[in-house]
Amino acid sequence: MIQVEGLTKDYGMRRAIDNLTFHAEKGEILGFLGPNGAGKTTTMRILCGYMPPTSGVAKVAGFDIMDQSLEVRKRVGYMPETVPLYPDMSVFEYLKFMADLRHLPDVEDRIDEVLEVVHMTDRSESLISSLSKGMRQRVGVAQAVIHKPEVLILDEPTIGLDPAQIVDVRNMIRELGKERTVLLSTHILSEAQQICDRVLIINKGRIAAEDTPERLQARLTGSGRVFLKVKGDEDGLEATVRKVSGVLTVYSEGDGAYEVGTVAGQDLRPEIARAVVKGGYDLLEISPVGMSLEDIFMQLTRDEPQPPAVSDEGFEEEHEQDSPETA
Amino acid sequence: MRNIWTIAQKEYKAYFSSFTAYLFAFVMLLVVGVLTAESIVYSLSMFGQVPPPDVQVVIGPVMFLLVFASPAFTMRLISEEQRLGTIELLLTAPVRDAELVVGKWLGSFLMVLTLVSVTLIYPAALNLMTSPGIDQGPMISGYLGLLLVSAVFLSIGVAVSSLFSNQGASYIITFGVIVVFWWIFGILAQVGDGNPVMRFLDLASHFYDDMMQGVITLRGVVYYLCLTAGFLTLGTVSVETRRWR
Repeated sequence: MIQVEGLTKDYGMRRAIDNLTFHAEKGEILGFLGPNGAGKTTTMRILCGYMPPTSGVAKVAGFDIMDQSLEVRKRVGYMPETVPLYPDMSVFEYLKFMADLRHLPDVEDRIDEVLEVVHMTDRSESLISSLSKGMRQRVGVAQAVIHKPEVLILDEPTIGLDPAQIVDVRNMIRELGKERTVLLSTHILSEAQQICDRVLIINKGRIAAEDTPERLQARLTGSGRVFLKVKGDEDGLEATVRKVSGVLTVYSEGDGAYEVGTVAGQDLRPEIARAVVKGGYDLLEISPVGMSLEDIFMQLTRDEPQPPAVSDEGFEEEHEQDSPETA
Repeated sequence: MRNIWTIAQKEYKAYFSSFTAYLFAFVMLLVVGVLTAESIVYSLSMFGQVPPPDVQVVIGPVMFLLVFASPAFTMRLISEEQRLGTIELLLTAPVRDAELVVGKWLGSFLMVLTLVSVTLIYPAALNLMTSPGIDQGPMISGYLGLLLVSAVFLSIGVAVSSLFSNQGASYIITFGVIVVFWWIFGILAQVGDGNPVMRFLDLASHFYDDMMQGVITLRGVVYYLCLTAGFLTLGTVSVETRRWR
């Protein structure tokens, strides 16, 4: 449904997305996860035909986003991050306008249907300016699905909502995702975990990891990171630990605490402990660090050079220090 | 075509849901009404008879008001979409950029058409007061001129409004461009022996010298239509390049 090949977008000198390649199947909910400014919105805008990429190819529903932009736009429902609404229109007028632009037949029936989907039937005549943030968000979703698009692109659909509304919108997305491809961006990890079939972690315009939320977690839990704490003098400890074969990185967390990154799949605690004691340091604590999706995210999107935490097929290690973004 | 109509309708309704339409209708009817009444009173008191069957007293002020009102009608059109972010909605809907621009223009044109039609009550009143009624020729050509000139003004406004997300900036720049076409070219046309190119470019001369006098010239009409098409094309290009920015 969505095929993206080597997509790159430059804003002047700044590279917003860099050689992105991914795909999404029919009926899949693909989560786009990344910190602010990672390139999520840019990618989505390109896929909706809002702006062209600098280079690369993307096909949505089988149509090229550049050459067949109108065909793509007919088949995509898009909700931008700031839900674009006309405040002085009523909900009905707004949806009617959107439906008319898409040449839908039986507009009024269809509006009733989508209003039911987003639980807004009783607010059809309300002016948009009088709606709460959560309701506006739902009108945004209604607008995006009114033409029964094959592909639904939602940019931060739950941002700014209260917890009850978030649950609501998530359920709605899960429901909608049953029969269409959904690409949604979020920076809330638990959200991705809850609704997405697959997660794409994107940082500085590049894909840092891609897998199901469960597998991402499983791969990393309990391996690859060790927490280490020593007492008193810690001069030269970093260098000592670094010498242990299999250790990739050592971060000082202050107060004698360190986080040691090791190659995945090996428990290096005995070796590290021996090296620390042998070096004459007072070892207080050594323990494996379990990783939540939160940690994976933090690790993958951290600015410092990264240990190759996820080295597997399908994973691209994209952690150069000299990111083009600084150009 | 259908998209143009959808967008035009939306814009037309928007004028009435804000107070813009009513404000302008009020000002226009008031000003034109006062001037018309005054000219009637004047000719009655000076000559003891009803005024000459001449609609210039109506068309002149309407035109003058439109010079200032047109940028106000168009300043919102695309600027507001950019400010609200709804431009993202329109540019990702299956609508061609040209359809968007022409639709916006058509909405504002229908608005002006409505306003100008309302002022027809004054010629109608004059018609009742004079015998054998007003001269139909200058009225038809004058009103046609009003609409053609408005079409140009509004196309300038739509093109300019695609460049700014600030309505104030849209108004000022649109007004500036209108001033160039409406007055500056006219002034330049009178420098020295007169410059025929400038005289042709002068929007106002085709209106005041021809259409308001009851003369519809082909070159005048073609010039207005070409300018309108030209500015709408510029607006489309501007929206297209917006995607590349």
